[in-house]
Amino acid sequence: MSRLHVVSGKGGTGKTTVAAALALALATEGRRTLLVEVEGRQGIAQLFETEALPYEERKIAVGPASEGGGRRAGGEVHALAIDAERALLDYLQMFYKLGGAGRALKKLGAIDFATTIAPGLRDVLLTGKACEAVRRKDKTGRFLYDAVVMDAPPTGRITRFLNVNDEVAGLAKIGPIHHQAQAVMRVLKSPETAVHMVTLLEEMPVQETADGIAELRAAGIPVGGIVINMTRPALLDNGDLEVAARGARTGIAKALSQAGLGGARRGGLAERLIDPLLEQAREHAERVELERTEHAELKAIGLPTYELELLPEGVDLAGLYRLARDLRKQGPI
Amino acid sequence: MTADDTTLDASAPWLEVDALLDDPRTRIVVCCGSGGVGKTTTAAALGVRAAERGRKAVVLTIDPARRLAQSMGISELDNVPRRVKGVDETAGGELHAMMLDMKRTFDEIVEGHADAERARAILENPFYQSLSAGFAGTQEYMAMEKLGQLRAGDAWDLIIVDTPPSRSALDFLDAPKRLGSFLDGKFIRVLMAPAKVGGRAGMKFLNVGMSMMTGTLSKLMGGQLLRDVQTFVAAMDTMFGGFRTRADATYRLLQAPGTAFLVVAAPERDALREAAYFVERLAAEQMPLAGLVLNRVHGSGAAQLSAERALAAAEALTERAAEEDCAENLEPAGIVDHHNGKADPGTAGSLSPAATAEQEPPTSASAAHLAARLLRLHAERMQVLARERRTRDRFTALHPEVPVTEVAALPGDVHDLAGLRAIGDRLALSRAEADR
Repeated sequence: MSRLHVVSGKGGTGKTTVAAALALALATEGRRTLLVEVEGRQGIAQLFETEALPYEERKIAVGPASEGGGRRAGGEVHALAIDAERALLDYLQMFYKLGGAGRALKKLGAIDFATTIAPGLRDVLLTGKACEAVRRKDKTGRFLYDAVVMDAPPTGRITRFLNVNDEVAGLAKIGPIHHQAQAVMRVLKSPETAVHMVTLLEEMPVQETADGIAELRAAGIPVGGIVINMTRPALLDNGDLEVAARGARTGIAKALSQAGLGGARRGGLAERLIDPLLEQAREHAERVELERTEHAELKAIGLPTYELELLPEGVDLAGLYRLARDLRKQGPI
Repeated sequence: MTADDTTLDASAPWLEVDALLDDPRTRIVVCCGSGGVGKTTTAAALGVRAAERGRKAVVLTIDPARRLAQSMGISELDNVPRRVKGVDETAGGELHAMMLDMKRTFDEIVEGHADAERARAILENPFYQSLSAGFAGTQEYMAMEKLGQLRAGDAWDLIIVDTPPSRSALDFLDAPKRLGSFLDGKFIRVLMAPAKVGGRAGMKFLNVGMSMMTGTLSKLMGGQLLRDVQTFVAAMDTMFGGFRTRADATYRLLQAPGTAFLVVAAPERDALREAAYFVERLAAEQMPLAGLVLNRVHGSGAAQLSAERALAAAEALTERAAEEDCAENLEPAGIVDHHNGKADPGTAGSLSPAATAEQEPPTSASAAHLAARLLRLHAERMQVLARERRTRDRFTALHPEVPVTEVAALPGDVHDLAGLRAIGDRLALSRAEADR
């Protein structure tokens, strides 16, 4: 069972929402999850309707109660927005007691260099902090977090982001950075990690999902499941259009008219609705067909899939809990 | 509800895309926006339209979807603009397209600015190799560098740039500045200290503090990596001035009147929040904003029928059809068909097999079921319209000065020139046409 869940996907597919819902879903009774953000967007704070997250782990929610008989309360969700600069200073302090030197380095611009310009260091710090949280234990020797969920960079950058430690370990062949990078890589390539891909039932995100999974596999990083986000029910399909094409026009016009929408004769209010309504139906049916094709393509990848319905009013806190329950119902992720 | 409610508030200015593309003073169009809103497609569609209207245009894409790249014939990544075939050149324009190759662009800068021996030393440096292969940030620098090159080459009269899918979509604006502040910073002198100390004994005394710093760095990074970095920095030393100048020049180019920023967004809360942030940042940086492209907006040919009325009518029809079903329950086929439709009116699959099997014209009851489904679909569409309008209005209330154009949603993805042309047509609709 993985303990580090990395959530990626094409831009606009709802990575942050899915990561948050997953953190909630995994927070069953007595369990504690940590939701981390690495891109400095404060998306988690917006979703949970709290003020901006500091660089500090704090409890932000309680997982949804389990359903069925003897409802039991949910566990805890903690959150952390990882800041590369703070992570580096912490790291220097923790391992080298370099508090003062850290400040001097910052003044020099070295910290800025390390976190924004130096190849990969930023990503090493971000993944390193997440892996540290995965491995952290409390006094009794029990893992502090049962699961860590990362709202990760998009598909196009995810493999490089996770694999950066390999590259850095190759670049710094000895020394603490080398060891740190290797330690992080051991977690990321172990069964403790699972990268989940969020997608929509559209061509480009599905294509990126397939490409991204192939890249991750080639890099030896374990892939978890595919979350199909924002699915919509099919209200009608090509079958209905065939019925309409076989001369249901008059019938539809009459029906619309009987429902109080105006006259059914040519040029009547109800009759004039038919063309635009059928046009919408045609577009809808076309989309339904496309979605079926994309769905089949995702299934062919051969990974477990999870589906989350589109919440028409956008995702608020209540919606997030609904998505978390939906994820739970679909079995372990 | 009238058609007016579904189109833009008359107070928001309309973005005239053709006027922008046709104006010979427009030399650079930058498409920016958060991920997944259709930036690359918009950039490509603008390129096709500009070329077919007579401009000699080049589209610089950063990371296009494979099929979009194929549609423009740039599936190979060779860092050189290629002429796009199939574009109508009768108006005297042409379209070129290229995909950014970060490493190649970086290598070219090195080769162009250092003598052969020094260039080789840099290109072989392990630190450089990782840096140029595209770690965070490099893509932004190189996109801006390439834009500067294309503009300096002056072979095109319109350059359309798609921006990288960065962690913050405005990283490309910060990239030149960040590079500049790094190059001007003390840190770089610390890194170069040992290299210089060797040559100039007098510097040694002054650099005690700095040597301590490099000692710390060495402890952290490992001696070999620090040496790689130092060699790299020393080899790049002579080029830094050039870098700085170019970064500044590119930044000024972006502020120049010939540049037009288009913020691309989908009519969704998050995308428009990001768009508002963009608009504010561009203003703060004194970058010329041309307007907002609102992508994938839904419309309806029957906007006069509200969601509420459509739903009420659908309810009435379903009820009445159910009564008719009971009356007709002597016909077995009818029962199967209609009961399925009634029990689960939201599921299309349950009805279609029966419907396709039945070859006679639909009965009045099945026509009523069908009409009810059309109405429910319409109600859903009207709800989408209302939501999109609310999110858009929130944006225009915050930024009433920003011209907006809306692009109607297509049911599928675009992967050929015809599709790009269709997007271009939609982009360039006037307000009156869009209202219809």
